[in-house]
Amino acid sequence: MADWIDVCDADEIEDEDVIRFDHDGRTFAVYRSLEGEVFATDGLCTHEQVHLADGLVLDDTIECPKHNGRFNYKTGAALRTPACVNLATYPARIEGGRIEIKV
Amino acid sequence: MTLADTSPSAFEADTPRDYSLTGPGAKHAIEAGLASAEWYHSDVPRKVMKDLMRRRDGPALRDTAIWIGLLTATAAGGIWFWGTWAAVPFFLVYGVLYGSVCDSRWHECGHGTAFKTQWMNDVVYHIASFMVIRNPVSWRWSHARHHTDTIIVGRDPEIALMRPPALLLKALAFVGIPEAFTSLAVLIRNAGGIFSDDERDYIPESELPRAVFWARIHVAIYAATLIAALAMWSFLPLMLIFGPRLYGAWHMIMAGLIQHGGLADNVLDHRLNSRTVYMNPISRWIYWNMNYHVEHHMFPMVPYHALPKLHALIKDDLPAPNRSIAEAYAEMLGALWRQRSDPDYYIRKELPPTARPYRDEFHAFDVARA
Repeated sequence: MADWIDVCDADEIEDEDVIRFDHDGRTFAVYRSLEGEVFATDGLCTHEQVHLADGLVLDDTIECPKHNGRFNYKTGAALRTPACVNLATYPARIEGGRIEIKV
Repeated sequence: MTLADTSPSAFEADTPRDYSLTGPGAKHAIEAGLASAEWYHSDVPRKVMKDLMRRRDGPALRDTAIWIGLLTATAAGGIWFWGTWAAVPFFLVYGVLYGSVCDSRWHECGHGTAFKTQWMNDVVYHIASFMVIRNPVSWRWSHARHHTDTIIVGRDPEIALMRPPALLLKALAFVGIPEAFTSLAVLIRNAGGIFSDDERDYIPESELPRAVFWARIHVAIYAATLIAALAMWSFLPLMLIFGPRLYGAWHMIMAGLIQHGGLADNVLDHRLNSRTVYMNPISRWIYWNMNYHVEHHMFPMVPYHALPKLHALIKDDLPAPNRSIAEAYAEMLGALWRQRSDPDYYIRKELPPTARPYRDEFHAFDVARA
């Protein structure tokens, strides 16, 4: 059964931004929306294995820093080529001032 | 100061480079770790980079309004004075606006960085793709590969100056020969559902139907233009559509060749294979600041209007830019001339003392060529 994994202090991610989070040999991207909600996806672009945490968060989308492919980070949906394959998403929450994700 | 070098790639001197994307050159690039590899990046704090990446509609709306306005005005002047010498200056300007400006608009909108509003990027991208005679689907994938594997032999489909360079052919490219016609032939082939092995290497199978669709749209417009010219028994329709890709492409070629010409291939540091050149304001408007080419390749998320700021931020980590187009050509042409007999030769620019050294461990591969 998946566990909630501690990521960082809630204020370590700015609104409309993303950070990289590595855990147990895997890499994730953890987002904070303009509304202050948190979300998590796989950390690498499905197009070419580039870390999305170096990309740009625009509204509900994350843009890959290498080829400008876009995903909706809330649903994982690929929105713009060359990203064609959806991104896996994971539950995320703020608990006691800490961000946690369930993987 | 510029240093010249022939050593890093350690190629076998008597084997020609294989630029096909499905041949032995591609296989060797993959085996050497040059494909989809990690590239060098200058350090830019995340907060600063976020600010640089920030998208805006304003600059591109302004530039596009100017572009469309000038295209319309010069086309109207050319039509009005058609048949007289007075039409010449109108077409000289219209040609560049059509046949050269289209390239930079195709490029920036293809990246999706020109406008904040995505449909605006898409509309301008499709118009510019038509003008520059590029299949908008194929070339989106081609350009993604160019950014993944910049000037990696056997991987990058957009290497303009292959070695040894065919200098006469490149001179003819300034008037669109043969590129305008070969590009049209590719579109016609794509419209018939036929794709080369190279195209199939970088375009996913699922995207091919869209590539066929857009090729058919483009070919239909070109056919209609030709029919109009025949019906009117006049070159005027061709002066307005397709023709500018011949008589107005010179600025696109002039600026495009110096992006990578004469510099290293098979390296993983854009400071070694790309060139930043200071240009006059008109050329920078035509070219949408792609003269900051090292910066663009390092950080393709940064919109054209923020590239001067990015350049100022990281220039101490880059080789000194060429101070003018003429200086860049003087540097490049000397290298190209030498590459005719010594294809391994390239220009290795000296870094300032403030820069981190070239990542030689990235590019000291022994990549045997086919």
